[in-house]
Amino acid sequence: MDKNKKSAQLNAAQQKETKSVINALLQGKNVTNEPNRTGTLDDESRVKVLSPGMMVFKRFVRNRLAITGFIILVFMFSFSFLGGLFSPYRQDQVFYRNEYTLKDFAGATFNKEFRTVVKDGFKFPGSAYGSMILAYNNGKTQFDADGTLYSFTVTNDDFFRITEFETLSNVTARKRLYSYEHVGDFKMSDAMSQKFEEAHQAGDDTFEFDGKTYNITRDKLNVAITTAEEIALASPRVYDPYQKEDAPVIASYGFRFAFETAFANGEEKFTYNDNNYSIDKSDNLITVYLENGAEKQAFANISDMIVNAISPDVFVPVEFKNKVRQAALNKEKSFEYALPGEENIEYRIELVHETYNIKRQTETHLIDMYHAPDEKHLLGTDMNGMDVMTRLMYGGRISLLVGFVVVFIEMFIGVSIGGISGYFGGWVDTILMRFIDLFNSIPYWPIMIILGSVMDTMEIDPYTRVFMLMMVMGFMGWTGIARVVRGQILALREQDFMVAAEASGLSVRRRIVKHLVPNVMPLLIVQGTMALGGIILTEATLSFLGLGVKYPIASWGSIINAASQPFIVNNYWFIWIPAGILILLTVLGFNFVGDGLRDAYDPKMKR
Amino acid sequence: MSKFIIRRVFLAILIVLFGSFAVYAVIRALPSSYVETIARQRAQLPGSKSYSEWLAQLNSLFRLDTDVFTGYAGWLSDALKGNFGDSWTYTVPVTQKFKDVIWYSFSLNIITFVLQTVIAIPLGITAARKQYSRTDYAITFFALLGISLPSFFLSTVLKYIFSIKLGWFDLYGIVGRYHEQLDSFGKILDMAHHLFLPVLVLTMLSIGGLMRFTRTNMLEVLNSDYIRTARAKGLPESKVINKHAFRNTLIPLVSYMSYLIPSMFSGSMITETLWQIPGIGYISFGAMQQGDIPFTMFYNVFLILLTQVSLLFADIMYAVVDPRVRVN
Repeated sequence: MDKNKKSAQLNAAQQKETKSVINALLQGKNVTNEPNRTGTLDDESRVKVLSPGMMVFKRFVRNRLAITGFIILVFMFSFSFLGGLFSPYRQDQVFYRNEYTLKDFAGATFNKEFRTVVKDGFKFPGSAYGSMILAYNNGKTQFDADGTLYSFTVTNDDFFRITEFETLSNVTARKRLYSYEHVGDFKMSDAMSQKFEEAHQAGDDTFEFDGKTYNITRDKLNVAITTAEEIALASPRVYDPYQKEDAPVIASYGFRFAFETAFANGEEKFTYNDNNYSIDKSDNLITVYLENGAEKQAFANISDMIVNAISPDVFVPVEFKNKVRQAALNKEKSFEYALPGEENIEYRIELVHETYNIKRQTETHLIDMYHAPDEKHLLGTDMNGMDVMTRLMYGGRISLLVGFVVVFIEMFIGVSIGGISGYFGGWVDTILMRFIDLFNSIPYWPIMIILGSVMDTMEIDPYTRVFMLMMVMGFMGWTGIARVVRGQILALREQDFMVAAEASGLSVRRRIVKHLVPNVMPLLIVQGTMALGGIILTEATLSFLGLGVKYPIASWGSIINAASQPFIVNNYWFIWIPAGILILLTVLGFNFVGDGLRDAYDPKMKR
Repeated sequence: MSKFIIRRVFLAILIVLFGSFAVYAVIRALPSSYVETIARQRAQLPGSKSYSEWLAQLNSLFRLDTDVFTGYAGWLSDALKGNFGDSWTYTVPVTQKFKDVIWYSFSLNIITFVLQTVIAIPLGITAARKQYSRTDYAITFFALLGISLPSFFLSTVLKYIFSIKLGWFDLYGIVGRYHEQLDSFGKILDMAHHLFLPVLVLTMLSIGGLMRFTRTNMLEVLNSDYIRTARAKGLPESKVINKHAFRNTLIPLVSYMSYLIPSMFSGSMITETLWQIPGIGYISFGAMQQGDIPFTMFYNVFLILLTQVSLLFADIMYAVVDPRVRVN
């Protein structure tokens, strides 16, 4: 009880003290330092005369809303104009992300067919190959294909050597009379025909002339003189080079022929093109080494499996092929391997019919769309994979810049026309005011929308478009300012100080610049600040409707334009909400400051 | 007064002519794909003229082959006879489309108007009476907030909260999926349900302006001498406010609001477009984007006429409310 009373008394005392201090302050006394000081009437500490500007400033500072607005604006300006400098990204920088997907890397299959290699300059068509397999299965060694006669020999290792017979001349032999029918340009000398006839009568199958061997083929009465040449070989073995650049050598007929002959004969060495090779056979795999003096270098791998990379520019090493083969034989689903210059990666094998599809985790480069906010992108990325935060900063520049340029244009036209109208009055005023009435009749939004569509169809460059937008907005919005300026100047013109200025013989220019303009300035500043908010709002609305600032230029409105798609509204708040809040805060800031300024300038609002 | 009105009417006619010409000149800059599409369609009919002949004929029909002045004069002579042509986008006579859609806009705006008046004026007066109090700050804050809110952002946020997250309202449109199966009362309720959020948006956006207007005018009145006199002679505060102050505040208020009444027919283009309310605003937005000359011209002339009527109406109402104006 006592305690309460005491505190109440203390409170009362405190209140009394505060009141007296306030009273003293109101009377202009300096209470804190020298309470008993008395001064003269015009003492500076007693009569504080503030300049009009200072008065306005004081009133402005006292207004909490105005200060809030000012702080918002300072933040927005530093965010937009300084933020862009500190942002590590550009406004149109597209971000990518890497995603791992299983992609087909290679295909493999066990070889079951004979693979033919044809000598340079000869042909061994597919139909001939078919006929050969047919003949082989029927136990024949000769076959016909497209009118050409072939024969072949086979070793135990399925090594086919294919010989083509070229008919030089068809001979009809009746008793000892021969009639020749040459094929093509072939010409037969008498000496040669004599040799042939001797051989034919002797029943030989071949005859030699001029160091060449000719064959005699017989078919009932028809006899043909042919030359025979080995043109191709076929074997079921698959050749793979260890080095990519050796591939042509290994694919050549000569090398294969040399290897296959040596292999068929069970030899361990062979020679091709003056190079010595050795054959190492182990475990169904045959390795051919290139012997370079004492050194041995793995040259070719010969197996029963074909492995081809999906991408033609990828060279698949022999080790990889062997891994695939091993895995396929062991029926494994995956294996690990490191391609040259790469890390160890898992490969997966899928068996589809007879083919093994080898897949690997492949890195794909994707545009990083709708990336959720994290420490790298504070507000994520948008639908173009651009950093939302950075775009907001640069967008702020455009939005604020549009605001200022438009206000400047509006001010320029408005002050000129309103000033002329107000200062001169009379018929000038009437004409200009009627002109403003006419101009005002043009509906603002329809014109902006139609112009936006016109610029859309004309596909105007986005930068030109921003410029045009500012021009049109400025040109459409000056009438309000002109009216206000005219009204103010009309009122000021009649005031005593203007009469005095005229009476003291000041020039018209000086009267306008020194006396009228400073009096209109406060009003202009208030109008301009309030107009800025409206212009930013208009620009944002136009951009939202897709008629204002366009991609790739960012403005707050064009960023929030994404919100016209419901799925973005639903799923990606970080794209549209920040932009909306920035617009709202900026416009609010301008309105707070404008309101505060108006209150501060308007003497009627004095407390 | 009558002399003044006659002068105003003459000026208004001049303004309508000028404004409609400006709109016509701008919309003629839009390449009209409509004419080309129609010409292409007609040219494909069996035994038809060639595309270029059709194009020439249609262009001359719509006066697109003449210069802007002749084209405008032609449009004007038709319009004066009441013939506004067929809408290119909606393929019905412009006036019929207008009749179909205007009531959506009107009902949207009349509800907004009533709400706005009922909310804003009392709040404005309260703010003025308690100037620089916490209430005044709060009211001013919300008024400025309403002015500063971008309509598209407010709409999107409301859609996000009420349509997507809560599922209380549809995202777009004026009628629901089962509108046709409802009885007439249900149909009205369905429309009201769809108009709720757009009305909310429009009200939130328009309250600020009216509130501040009321506050400023009320402050002016409260600072005048006759209020001091009323207080000095010992009238109760309620009487001072209601009888002396508010009545005088009404003068500018009535002129401001009578200015708003005709604009209720003009639709609210942005909000209607955002919510896809098929009112005059949304319909003409589509028409304007596609370069539909007949509809755009009609809508804009309608807008300009409304503005002029508003101004005239405001002037007359000012005279009605303020006896001082009548005397002069």
